[in-house]
Amino acid sequence: MRNMWTIARREYSRYFTSPVAYVVAFVILLTLGIMFSLTMLVYSQNAFNGGGPATAPDMSGITGTFTFLLVLSVPALTMRLIADETRMGTMELLLTAPVRDWELVTGKWLGAFLYVLTLIAVSIIYPLILQFYVSPGIDQRLLMSAYLGLILVAAAFLALGVGMSALFTNQIAAFFATLAVLLVLWWLIGFPAQYVTAGGSFFSYLDLRAHFDALNGGTINLSDVIYPLSLTALGLFIGTSAVEMRRWS
Amino acid sequence: MIRVEGLTKDYGARRAISDLTFEANQGEIVGFLGPNGAGKTTTMRILTGYMPPTEGTATVAGYDIISESLEVRKRVGYVPETVPLYTDMTAFEYLKFMGDLRQLPDSDQRAEDALEMVGLEDRAQSYIGSLSKGMRQRVGLAQALLHHPEVLILDEPTIGLDPGQVVEVRNIIKEMGKQRTVLLSTHILSEAQQICDRVLIINKGRIIAEDTPQNLQARLVGSERATLRVRGDSDGLSKVVGKVRGVETVHGAPDGGVEFQFAPGQDVRPEVAKAVVDAGYDLLELRPVGMSLEEIFLELTREDPNAARKEK
Repeated sequence: MRNMWTIARREYSRYFTSPVAYVVAFVILLTLGIMFSLTMLVYSQNAFNGGGPATAPDMSGITGTFTFLLVLSVPALTMRLIADETRMGTMELLLTAPVRDWELVTGKWLGAFLYVLTLIAVSIIYPLILQFYVSPGIDQRLLMSAYLGLILVAAAFLALGVGMSALFTNQIAAFFATLAVLLVLWWLIGFPAQYVTAGGSFFSYLDLRAHFDALNGGTINLSDVIYPLSLTALGLFIGTSAVEMRRWS
Repeated sequence: MIRVEGLTKDYGARRAISDLTFEANQGEIVGFLGPNGAGKTTTMRILTGYMPPTEGTATVAGYDIISESLEVRKRVGYVPETVPLYTDMTAFEYLKFMGDLRQLPDSDQRAEDALEMVGLEDRAQSYIGSLSKGMRQRVGLAQALLHHPEVLILDEPTIGLDPGQVVEVRNIIKEMGKQRTVLLSTHILSEAQQICDRVLIINKGRIIAEDTPQNLQARLVGSERATLRVRGDSDGLSKVVGKVRGVETVHGAPDGGVEFQFAPGQDVRPEVAKAVVDAGYDLLELRPVGMSLEEIFLELTREDPNAARKEK
């Protein structure tokens, strides 16, 4: 466990010396800022125009946009994690240190997860502003549910990214493989559910976006929590197996 | 210490090492000598827990390399051939990170000590990316010494260093070898001759000879040789030398002189010198030609490996 933290700490601090991480942070926070301002504008206009009872402003637009941005940025954040160690030869160092393979892979994931959690923490500034300006405040349980969804999605995406990074020795290959996996999970896998009668519920269960939408809308079902967690475990398992396989080859 | 028994590793259909058996004891520096692709790195990678063997067993520092891999890795210091370094870290940060991974209680102090051991204490805060090749090599060595390992495994530790650095690194290794078990690979034979207590010559995945550098030399050199040079015309010189009693063979040397062989222990050089001078030549040079480890090595690796083993 301690080794996992050592590796996570190293990866976390490494993000702050990497231009990619800054670009990702900039794009995510800028887009969220624009989204937030537009949302505020719409709400305040509605209030001015007196168009009926104003709906309570909610933050699902922010968390929804965040997950969309994660689909695009997670591949860039994770592609390097293990592929780069292989390329630089430092994998030999890590694999001959007294560190278990799963500790290595999980540590890598944890470092990336902590980095994204930092971005998520920064994004909480928007709900805080809203809480300050609207009376009687925003629906905090809805907010917590939406952020839970966001955190779970981030965990699953990053774990799958780490898995791909371990599977491919080339960073670019890891990037596109991760992107493909995330696109399938986020958009494509839900489609068959609309067209096939048999097994439709199976496909809709695999639709990560549907699970997130439920959480983002404020309903917490056990399956909505378990599915992203199992994807996280799957990603880490793929990563660990890939590292072990490399030893045997 | 290291005990290897019947170690075999296949990469797909290719057999990288085949039935290796050897030992290295505490306080001993064992050199692994062989051409590129002989299986040196593969053997080292198996002993350090990087990959499992296809067949055979080995114990390092008393632990089995397969079932107790983590225990082995705790007790081994390893410098791979391409020294694995994080160029975006300072030397100190890197060593501290490795110390933390090894769960050393005082990784700060250990990192400083290790830097001192390799003489880099003044570069602790330099980024590894900005260090010279020799310094990087030493940072790699410091990493292997951090946890005061019982066994040190070094893959080509002096490759790519300038002569001054080579001497430095060799001295560090010799110092380390006093209390530890050191296994190092090299294809520089003079290096093996200088720092190793014992040499294993490996070719095509098999050990073809194993002995001290001195014994290897003695065992393989059947006769002694010397070369001589005279001023001016050396016509007929071979004939004169060949007539001396005890001289076994004579042939022309590439520099225009003459090279002759004689049985070990029967030094005929004074007689040869006398005969040459008596015949009216101006003797310029008469010097022994030792068979270097280089030649032994070439001879051994050229031979059929099975024949070499039997001879042993």
